[in-house]
Amino acid sequence: MPLVELRNVSKIYHLGGETIRALDDVSLDIDGGEFVSVIGPSGSGKSTLMHILGCLDSPTHGTIKLDERMIHDASPRELAFIRNRKIGFVFQFFNLLPKLTVLQNVELPMVYAGVSGRERRERSMRMLQMVDLDNRSKHRPSQLSGGQQQRVAIARALVNNPKILFADEPTGNLDSHTGEAILELFRELSTQGRTIILVTHDPEIAAVTPRRIEIRDGKVANNLDARLAGLDRQAGSAAAAPALG
Amino acid sequence: MILINTILIGLKEIWTHKFRSILTMLGIILGVASLVAMAAIVKGMENGMKEALIAMGGLDKVLIEQQKVPVHQNHLRDMAPGRTIRDVYALKESAPLLKVVSPEMALERALVARGPKAYRPSEVVGVWKAVLDMNLYELQHGRFFNELDEESANNVCVIGTGVRDELFGSPQEAGRDIVPLGQEIRINDQPFTIVGMFKHYESEMDRKKREEGLKDPSQQAVGPVRQRGWGGRGWNAFWRKNNMVYIPLNTMWVRFRAATGTNNVPDQTLTDIDVKVASLEMLEPALQQARNVLMVTHQGIEDFNFRTQENQIEDINKRIQNARLSGGIIAGLSLLVGGIGIMNIMLASINERIREIGICKAIGATGVSIFLQILIESVVISILGALLGLAASKGLVVLLSELSPTQNTPVIQTQVMLVAVGFSAAVGIVAGLFPAVKAARLNPIAALRYE
Repeated sequence: MPLVELRNVSKIYHLGGETIRALDDVSLDIDGGEFVSVIGPSGSGKSTLMHILGCLDSPTHGTIKLDERMIHDASPRELAFIRNRKIGFVFQFFNLLPKLTVLQNVELPMVYAGVSGRERRERSMRMLQMVDLDNRSKHRPSQLSGGQQQRVAIARALVNNPKILFADEPTGNLDSHTGEAILELFRELSTQGRTIILVTHDPEIAAVTPRRIEIRDGKVANNLDARLAGLDRQAGSAAAAPALG
Repeated sequence: MILINTILIGLKEIWTHKFRSILTMLGIILGVASLVAMAAIVKGMENGMKEALIAMGGLDKVLIEQQKVPVHQNHLRDMAPGRTIRDVYALKESAPLLKVVSPEMALERALVARGPKAYRPSEVVGVWKAVLDMNLYELQHGRFFNELDEESANNVCVIGTGVRDELFGSPQEAGRDIVPLGQEIRINDQPFTIVGMFKHYESEMDRKKREEGLKDPSQQAVGPVRQRGWGGRGWNAFWRKNNMVYIPLNTMWVRFRAATGTNNVPDQTLTDIDVKVASLEMLEPALQQARNVLMVTHQGIEDFNFRTQENQIEDINKRIQNARLSGGIIAGLSLLVGGIGIMNIMLASINERIREIGICKAIGATGVSIFLQILIESVVISILGALLGLAASKGLVVLLSELSPTQNTPVIQTQVMLVAVGFSAAVGIVAGLFPAVKAARLNPIAALRYE
């Protein structure tokens, strides 16, 4: 049973008199524990796909099943609940709250989940330990380097133990060396069994993931899975068929 | 738990923008300060008015007045007895709802003199001991008349401090409190011995004025000693009360009414019968009872009438209400302006934080929690403002009493403070509603992209 199941999902915007099909009849399956990259040039629809997968947005047409639950017609309140418990986000611009300390930033998802103060502290400290920043818990985000901030963001994304971790160009704002370290962290998380979806426009970064989904003009152009050994790159689109099954 | 957290975040938000927050709170601060200070001043005014009312004898005092015989009894007007001592005895016997009955026989335009000094006191009245309860007098020196004085119509008198001030010298002039017990004064050229003197009565305002005057000699008049203007400070209830000369009722009757009346009996008509009702709730039945008694002694001729202090109380209440209403409207308007200020700043604040709100939504904040966050921030601002306003009102009241120390002392009431804080909190909620709804409805994706 796949963790995420998209069937014929479309997202249509109306800008002025123009109709824009940001996603056009996309069907996808992602299993638990997969490390997937979604790749495509800007304007391809990959951000829209991430927003819909991340429950920030609802599709115009089609159905989505996340963790055995249909979510394409969920209310904003239910979506907020799912984002809080089942999904973690890591953004290009880190998106930490500047007025809160590192520790408070990591605690925030648990505040919305209604976790008690003591448990919040403990779990946050554990997460900060994991990303090697437990000695910076009292600092403000502005006092940290970009790589450190991104690690705080990862700690925050994982603190509620979500089913899926979304990363939207997580290295886009970092130098290549730091970016490499962040990617290494993702790889490590993946080996621990986390489901990670990495959105990027950079094929080099996408190359680190076993599976790559290429989006072009709102459609899935290529669905390559390196684990399907023996298949060459040309056969990649054919390999998507059984995955859709 | 979450509520406390949200309040803390709100406080932090306020602390980050200290100057802006203070400016925002200013409307609420001024509104609350003016509301509380205004109420305190009105309360002081009310106390002053009630003070004067009590100086006149209190709320339960009722005057029985002479009135013309009604038209339908006009043929009986020669038989109208007027108010006499018989009425007093009858009321004392047969009207149990009356607490005190006090007959008064006044000497019109009496001249009181000592040596070459003479002056007209407010009243020279022949009374019973009941007058002490009636007009709320307290003796400070000497004694009041006893039954022997009454029985043998002795020439004794009890005076107020005003009489002493005029004839013997006031403490301010003499530098000490002169107690003229045993001294002789002349009332319309009849010699009377002073046996007692009442306490000095004055309003809170006059007391302060006097103390200020004593403290500050530069305020003393330059040039010849003179009275400044007519009436003025004199013509109030306290002046009347202090410039009073009481003599026994019988003395008045024998000494000053001898030339009037018929059949060798001096005129027995009283100038006043004052009564006090046992309780204000029983005012109407008590008056009915008194009327029934008087109808018997007057053989059905209705040549009397009642005058209560109800009108004065109503008048005071009306003035207080007007002052309260106008002050309340002004304070309410300034609170409203304060509320608009809060709404304005909250709108600006959420515009600044659109991205932050987007982040919070992305990590699982529901619309409700964003809504509460903004609302609580707004309420925290308004309540903080209200608390500062309470402190400011204290200062304002002190400032006002410094600026015009002779006014009635303002009284700050806890009740008003609570109302002011409650009202500010309500203003904060109303002002926060719209920004909070706006923030809660933000689309997370658009908010996250906002630069």
